[in-house]
Amino acid sequence: MEKIKSLADLKKKREELQSSLQLREQGENNENLIRVKVAMATCGIASGAKQVMEIIMNEAKKRNIPVEVTQTGCMSYCYAEPTVEVTKPGQEPVVFGYVTPLKAEELVEKYLAGNEMLPGVIPINYEKVEL
Amino acid sequence: MENNKKQLRIALRNCGFINPENIEDYIAHSGYAALASVLETNDPQATIDVIKKSGLRGRGGGGFPTGLKWEIASKNHADQKYVVCNADEGDPGAFMDRSILEGDPHSILEAMAINGFCIGASKGLIYIRAEYPLAIERLLIAIKQAEEAGLLGRNIFGLGFNFDIELRYGAGAFVCGEETALIHSMEGDRGEPTFKPPFPAQSGYLGKPTNVNNVETFANIPVIILKGWEWFASIGTEKSKGTKVFALAGKIDNVGLIEVPMGITLREVIYEIGGGIKDDRKFKAVQTGGPSGGCLTEKFLDTPIDYDNLIDAGSMMGSGGMIVMDEDDCMVSVAKFYLDFTVEESCGKCSPCRIGNKRLYEILDKITEGKGTMEDLDHLKNLSKVIKDTALCGLGQTSPNPVLSTIENFWGEYVYHVVDKKCPAGQCKALKSYIINPDLCIGCTACARACPVGAIKGEKKMPHEINQANCIKCGACVEKCKFNAISIK
Ligand SMILES: Cc1cc2nc3c(=O)[nH]c(=O)nc-3n(C[C@H](O)[C@H](O)[C@H](O)COP(=O)(O)O)c2cc1C
Ligand code: SF4
Ligand code: SF4
Repeated sequence: MEKIKSLADLKKKREELQSSLQLREQGENNENLIRVKVAMATCGIASGAKQVMEIIMNEAKKRNIPVEVTQTGCMSYCYAEPTVEVTKPGQEPVVFGYVTPLKAEELVEKYLAGNEMLPGVIPINYEKVEL
Repeated sequence: MENNKKQLRIALRNCGFINPENIEDYIAHSGYAALASVLETNDPQATIDVIKKSGLRGRGGGGFPTGLKWEIASKNHADQKYVVCNADEGDPGAFMDRSILEGDPHSILEAMAINGFCIGASKGLIYIRAEYPLAIERLLIAIKQAEEAGLLGRNIFGLGFNFDIELRYGAGAFVCGEETALIHSMEGDRGEPTFKPPFPAQSGYLGKPTNVNNVETFANIPVIILKGWEWFASIGTEKSKGTKVFALAGKIDNVGLIEVPMGITLREVIYEIGGGIKDDRKFKAVQTGGPSGGCLTEKFLDTPIDYDNLIDAGSMMGSGGMIVMDEDDCMVSVAKFYLDFTVEESCGKCSPCRIGNKRLYEILDKITEGKGTMEDLDHLKNLSKVIKDTALCGLGQTSPNPVLSTIENFWGEYVYHVVDKKCPAGQCKALKSYIINPDLCIGCTACARACPVGAIKGEKKMPHEINQANCIKCGACVEKCKFNAISIK
């Protein structure tokens, strides 16, 4: 990243980043892009999140599903690790719990490729401060 | 699970949402905007006033008002001052700081820089336990990215403020989380506490004024700056503002991290967020405050959780461990567990803690072995009081709390161990007896064959019997009996 030399720079950078984020959310560049976040804190990795991430990327590639897979921190559902958040274009994010390496393939096959829900969806039970 | 949004994420706002290894993701979520606004305002005292008015108190356990601490450090003049982030997180069962560091490392860097500007420090140090390799890795990546982006280092935003951050690695002793011990450890000395005053804000790292704050405390700072103190102060109770992150664990369905507004009740936490007690067992107590805290019983289920109410209830906020216990948990054993931890972790510098806690542990052990007397219970109480009054640092001053609070709330259970030689929860091995019910036993001999010490005797097809003097209480027989004839009394 280039250096941020002033307050104006930071503001500009934030606006750029936010609008490109928005573009991706609205699927402007690729309207089929599915965004996947894998919780990769110590707890998630210990229960197999690294493998889960690889499996999701490989399986999606095999099936030609456009995905963007990123890592994130702890989603705080320790009882349901590994946890994976999937956002389909134009839809609310869905958090899946208990996505073990065994279930990761099923997630791609059924929810990413098809539109079939899997058990283990975690309801969002919090509010978040918006900055 | 109920979906009624009892939780509010402030400290955990970015955890699980952004990529912690990508500074752009943080900036897109208003990252470094609080630092920018503080530097632009260019009035350290004004920012300190915002933190003071927000009512934020230290999340590392003590609950000291954060703004006031910053003010003291700012008013102590020196050629060099330091900002220290306490990431030692040594409470058994606590991992909220780790989650923040792993999920949102930039928020801590940003807050430390804000703190540095307010007190006049150009150097920040993060004291992190070496057992957190992933948090360390992500912090190092974050520091490097922030330096490259010009958000740490020299002349930040071209406004003349310089700030660097380095890591210092903790050696894994619980007492090193105590701020004076932490500072000695960073100086290369033994991680032993020293008497306060002087407080770190007066004479800390290398004898210079040093502001020490906990990870979660720092995580709140950028939000307070961006949303305003009025917003923050509108959340929580009169004297405890904002939210607290707890590591909810024990006999509960939804084990995990939760962030709740101060003033929520235990009942809401356990039944609405935690999904209730596992296997529909009966609630017995909640332990908060780890080895410095105590147990809260049913009568506190509707007490609003904040710093002061927890202390009045004989426990404390601590760093945020919250362990739920059911009827199968023995409270004497719980106290013994924490004392075992304290005895291991006492640095040994002062005798009340070094010797006193060991004696407390021995008495508790004696009780769980069925050898306790009523005098022992008196000893427990008196010795606890002496240790609290005379120990040098916070570790020893609070270590008897698990004993005192379980005695206070579960006196009957102690007496039952001592007088009746029974453990109502069935946890104390020495106080258990395995009994075969002659009406249910058909004399199949399965148990006798399973018993490793030959304690079960009986003719084939006749009721068997366990010789209590020989039984080592391993439980092997119970598992083998198909007729549920063996029970634990
Ligand atoms: C035995 C002992 C262990 C402590 N461990 C920690 C710890 O792991 N993390 C922490 O932030 N504070 C810990 N503290 C509290 C610190 O001494 C200090 O009060 C705190 O870091 C101040 O930050 P705060 O005001 O933001 O809470 C400990 C205190 C004692 C007595
Ligand atoms: S109270 Fe315990 S940990 Fe603290 S200085 Fe004394 S011996 Fe060390
Ligand atoms: S509990 Fe173990 S030692 Fe005791 S009678 Fe049963 S099998 Fe034998």
